Amino acid sequence: MELLSNLALGFQTAVSPMNLLYCLAGALIGTLIGVLPGIGPVQTIAILLPTTFALPPVSALIMLGGIYYGAQYGGSTTSILLNVPGEASSVVTCLDGHQMARQGRAGAALTVSALGSFVAGTFATLVLAVLAVPLSELAFKFGPAEYFSLMVFGLIGSVVLASGSMLKAVGMIVLGLLAGMIGTDVTSGAHRFTFGIPELADGVGFVSLAMGLFGICDIITSLEKREKRDILKSKLTGFWLNKEDLRAAWPAVVRGSLCGSILGILPGGGAIISSFTAYMIEKKSARNPENFGKGDIRGVAAPESANNAAAQTSFVPLLTLGIPPNVVLAMMAGAMMIHGIQPGPRVISSNPELFWGVIVSMWFGNLILVLLNLPLVGIWVRLLSVPYRLLYPAILLFCCIGLYSVNNNTFDIGLTALCGFLGYVFHKLECEPAPLILGFVLGPMMEENLRRGMLLSRGDPSVFFTRPLSLAFLVLAVAMLVAVTLPGIRRGREKAFKEE
Amino acid sequence: MRFRHPKDFLTGVMFVSFGSAAMVLSLGLTIGTAAKMGPGYFPFALGAFLVMLGSVILLRGLFWAKGLHGWPVLQLKPVAIVLVSVILFSQILRPLGLLLSTAALVVLVSKASHEFRWKEALLNAAVLVAIVLVVFVYFLEFQLPVWPSFIAGRI
Repeated sequence: MELLSNLALGFQTAVSPMNLLYCLAGALIGTLIGVLPGIGPVQTIAILLPTTFALPPVSALIMLGGIYYGAQYGGSTTSILLNVPGEASSVVTCLDGHQMARQGRAGAALTVSALGSFVAGTFATLVLAVLAVPLSELAFKFGPAEYFSLMVFGLIGSVVLASGSMLKAVGMIVLGLLAGMIGTDVTSGAHRFTFGIPELADGVGFVSLAMGLFGICDIITSLEKREKRDILKSKLTGFWLNKEDLRAAWPAVVRGSLCGSILGILPGGGAIISSFTAYMIEKKSARNPENFGKGDIRGVAAPESANNAAAQTSFVPLLTLGIPPNVVLAMMAGAMMIHGIQPGPRVISSNPELFWGVIVSMWFGNLILVLLNLPLVGIWVRLLSVPYRLLYPAILLFCCIGLYSVNNNTFDIGLTALCGFLGYVFHKLECEPAPLILGFVLGPMMEENLRRGMLLSRGDPSVFFTRPLSLAFLVLAVAMLVAVTLPGIRRGREKAFKEE
Repeated sequence: MRFRHPKDFLTGVMFVSFGSAAMVLSLGLTIGTAAKMGPGYFPFALGAFLVMLGSVILLRGLFWAKGLHGWPVLQLKPVAIVLVSVILFSQILRPLGLLLSTAALVVLVSKASHEFRWKEALLNAAVLVAIVLVVFVYFLEFQLPVWPSFIAGRI
């Protein structure tokens, strides 16, 4: 019954008028930005992060949660209506969602995506609430060796499940870890890699890095594309699902929720993998798989539920172990640290109302999305008809103003331009920036735990292999690495990402 | 000689240069011992690992990659204009104030699009200046230098 009292505490925090308002604002602004083509949750959070700085931590995290779900929901909207996935996790939604829209059933597709997301979100919130306490208690048993190995495991996991070259992704992680070293070393007070620049003594600002690598770089690469988008002109009608739709959709929603909840917890998991897996499960288990790709409602219901469930449960490793499992959560971790909260097992005990408030408000955020976004979808569509040449100067401007307001200095803006340039180079060399952000967030923690672990063992590195839990994480990490290099699995992995 | 995979090759070059830079810079810090690591220990190790990894990717790009791949295609105009306008904004925000900087940023960065039109860019700038004033200055109350410093009397 502890669970119920915890959730009750969360409700108290979440339903306070101010927090509800921030949740609403976050969901709305998140959708507003997320609906813009090519801008997914990561970019949206990067762009909007500074707007939350003035708020108290609980409200800021609630608003960021809203922004996250809003952005994801916005991404599905563009996938369905325009066949332009806002982010990788809604690529799958395009397949059947856009076909439904072409058949004049855009309304039904949007409804099923919203309702599926809501059901999945509710389920995943419960999973999160149930798992949080035992996992964080487990985390208290971790010593530095376990933490270090867990982080290695998490980083390797994020590489294995990501697309593209693995060697390059590992390199990007190391680059991120190194970027995390910039600034004052906590233990010795020495300045590292600061080049005598006083602004770098506190390290590279997380906002600058994220906004440069995702926000600014994205604008540059979109400007290179010169693409024409075909905008769906037909009127949006028929938001109600008929009986047939419901009968087909609800088992898909249940399967999608389960699949997403499980995959969301794994390192490197999260929205992309889970929506893809859920779609494959649906297609493989269907009696008439040939309907998929031609506007089957299950092809929308399952991946949309899965990616929302995964979005929710991927908070589990962050809030209980302090390890962000994917790049969106790394952004959340960065945001928490900016607000002076170190993500990890201590959050539950030291800040219970923050922890449970944020969890419950996730559920509220999902509810708000269902209640508000379906009626508002017409506005979002109209926003899509604003040409990109008018939008990107506005986005860039808001980025710059937001950056200035972080520390009230212009150095951060210049630093972001540099990060944007690096992001552009990475893009041209086909190096994913996501592992870099993960490495950046985990870098200082990893070093600290390595140092402490080695200090306790008096310089004997075998401590990482003799403690059972630590060994288990390392073995798992190696097993994952070996598994993806096996020819059979490798081919399957390549095929999987190609189909995406 | 033919590069089998120029992008991999260049990635390798990039990793090797970042890695060796990290190693060189770490040497200027205390390295310490495994039991008592100094500030240079972890970055040095990471740098060394990155150099190793970069070399493998570099060699793969030169000799081992399957098939032939193209060089990255660059378009200088968008990247140059976007970066220059962001840096310009950072430089003129304090002396010239938010309103002028906003207008300058918007007009300049609009040039990066191949669909640039003067009238539209100016109109867009005017609208955005108004939005910035209402949203950031009045509503969110961000601490921003609104007017040029010679008018507002800032130093």
